[in-house]
Amino acid sequence: MSSNETPINEAPVQREKATNLHKGDIAPGVAKVDPIIIADGIRRTFGGLTAVDVDHIEIPRNAITALIGPNGAGKTTLFNLLTGFDKPDGGTWTFEGNSLAGMPAFKVARLGQVRTFQLTKALGLLTVLENMKLGAKDQRGEKFFSSMFPALWRKQDDAIEQRAMMLLKKFKLDAKSEDFAASLSGGQRKLLEMARALMSQPTLVMLDEPMAGVNPALTQSLLDHILDLKDEGMTVLFVEHDMHMVRHIADWVIVMAEGRVVAEGPPDEVMKNQAVIDAYLGAHQDVDLGVVTGRVAGEIPEEAQDLAAEVAALDSAIRNRAANDNPEKTS
Amino acid sequence: MDLLQILSNTVSSILGPATIAYALAAVGLAVHFGYTGLLNFGIAAYMAIGAYGYAISVLTFGLPWWGGVLVGIVGSIIFSLILGIPTLRLRGDYLAIVTIAAAEVIRLLFLTNAFDAVTGSADGLSGYHDSFRAANPLPDGTFGFGPFTYNSTGWWVRIIGVLILAIAVLIVWSVMRSPWGRVIKGIREDEDAVRALGKNVFAYKLQALVLGGIFGALGGIVYALPSSVNPGVYVTSLTFFVYTALLLGGAATVFGPVLGAVLFWVVQTFLSNLLPALVVSGILPFMSTSQSQTLRFILVGVALMLLVIFKPQGLLGNKKELTFVKQ
Repeated sequence: MSSNETPINEAPVQREKATNLHKGDIAPGVAKVDPIIIADGIRRTFGGLTAVDVDHIEIPRNAITALIGPNGAGKTTLFNLLTGFDKPDGGTWTFEGNSLAGMPAFKVARLGQVRTFQLTKALGLLTVLENMKLGAKDQRGEKFFSSMFPALWRKQDDAIEQRAMMLLKKFKLDAKSEDFAASLSGGQRKLLEMARALMSQPTLVMLDEPMAGVNPALTQSLLDHILDLKDEGMTVLFVEHDMHMVRHIADWVIVMAEGRVVAEGPPDEVMKNQAVIDAYLGAHQDVDLGVVTGRVAGEIPEEAQDLAAEVAALDSAIRNRAANDNPEKTS
Repeated sequence: MDLLQILSNTVSSILGPATIAYALAAVGLAVHFGYTGLLNFGIAAYMAIGAYGYAISVLTFGLPWWGGVLVGIVGSIIFSLILGIPTLRLRGDYLAIVTIAAAEVIRLLFLTNAFDAVTGSADGLSGYHDSFRAANPLPDGTFGFGPFTYNSTGWWVRIIGVLILAIAVLIVWSVMRSPWGRVIKGIREDEDAVRALGKNVFAYKLQALVLGGIFGALGGIVYALPSSVNPGVYVTSLTFFVYTALLLGGAATVFGPVLGAVLFWVVQTFLSNLLPALVVSGILPFMSTSQSQTLRFILVGVALMLLVIFKPQGLLGNKKELTFVKQ
């Protein structure tokens, strides 16, 4: 494994991004050259709330697609719908040409579309190695009657164990293989969940907030692992809030707000999109609010002068009102 | 007070048919609760189905004793399917509610006068022993040593009981170390994670429910083998006694349920012999002998509480397994 020999402090190499993924003008719901998932009219309501209402969405194959959006935008719900963990009110969606509508989650996973969860689901009282072996597909020993006769599954199980140990080594969890998964740290559990998903040799990996709660030292190695997936020919779709990470690794970004796709495109272009800035990034994402409000010394950039003036006006208005309310105290 | 007799009775209970029956039911419950995480509070119903299935098919339909055993097993499988298909898709607590209610439904069905001709209603069933005893290869007479001295029939019941228990333990041991057992334990930890890995969680849960249910029914059959089928036995408290035995030994262990059942009955027998003797000899005042019989259940309850507080993983359980549960 080459990643093992990489010195820790070496700056990560910016890998080449996949380009020319779309057909025609970039717009929400644009057609892709080679889509792996095509979804139409996906709608999911919870009572009066429309959580997801996507007209058309295509996920490009062999690329890293980021799904971003503010909290409550419907990203995780869309994830659940695409993986069969939740059922939409209506709509059609296909994975590699197979319709997934009405298909239970385990069958979706068998087709090669595996997911991880926002709240990590490490199987605590199984060892790390058992967690990994559980991920492998088509195990003979998982049938009840053949499970009683080790001769029928021992060989396959050994091969699975070998593959599991290789993956664990790559994810630097091999020293922990005999420990209960419950003894791992939060970040290690994220790694384990991702490694476990890879045991099923998927074609599409769907990661729900892979970076949430992971310390910065682990973040870099997780990023590398995600980039490796693409190099190995897999497609990655992930939900993430960390914009730096999205900019760093995503080939394509889909922005959701209030259940709809509001924008999509290559990361650098999407971040300039006014709809995205309004929905997600905020108008003054680069401005240090401490400086603008005068609590921290520093220079106010030109584009934030208006904001600073507004803040100053508001501050003086508050002071004036306070003075009017309690004239004795302030005089 | 005859201390020697008390001790002899106590030791003898190690090999009692009731002990073996509890051990079998506890093994079934270990599959349900300990390994798969299914909250089955209806193990008494499985035992009732086994016992009545055996007795009715021998008495009413004239089947040989092994035919009765098969009927008991098939009955438990049907019961598992009826219980499992609607409830196993839901979250675990629903199964607990449904099983506790279904257990009462089963008990009342056997108790009602409407089927008196078949079930014997409140009188239960007896006199189904001919076929079983005719199959006994042991010579007549009483043999054994020390407290383990039984007559020919007594030995025959125990041998069949231990044999069935050994097969059950062997099956549980062999499936739980296999990839099948891995999936089952994964479902106990988090079924969504297992589903995301492409396993048909519902099918696995149903298989586990059926497997454990068969052991429960076999427990009921062994319980009924030496004497009679009495509807007063298969009450909800039986379920909790089996849970006591299971937790005593260790829920997610192969031999824990067996050890737990043995200890449960040893303590029960010891107290039910000792306490009345203490009352009679005046050591235990303010109490009649019948009250002292109730006291033993109080002591068992206290023991169970102490166990759950101080050794929640059971006697044979892995200490590490419980260290992480609170996270």
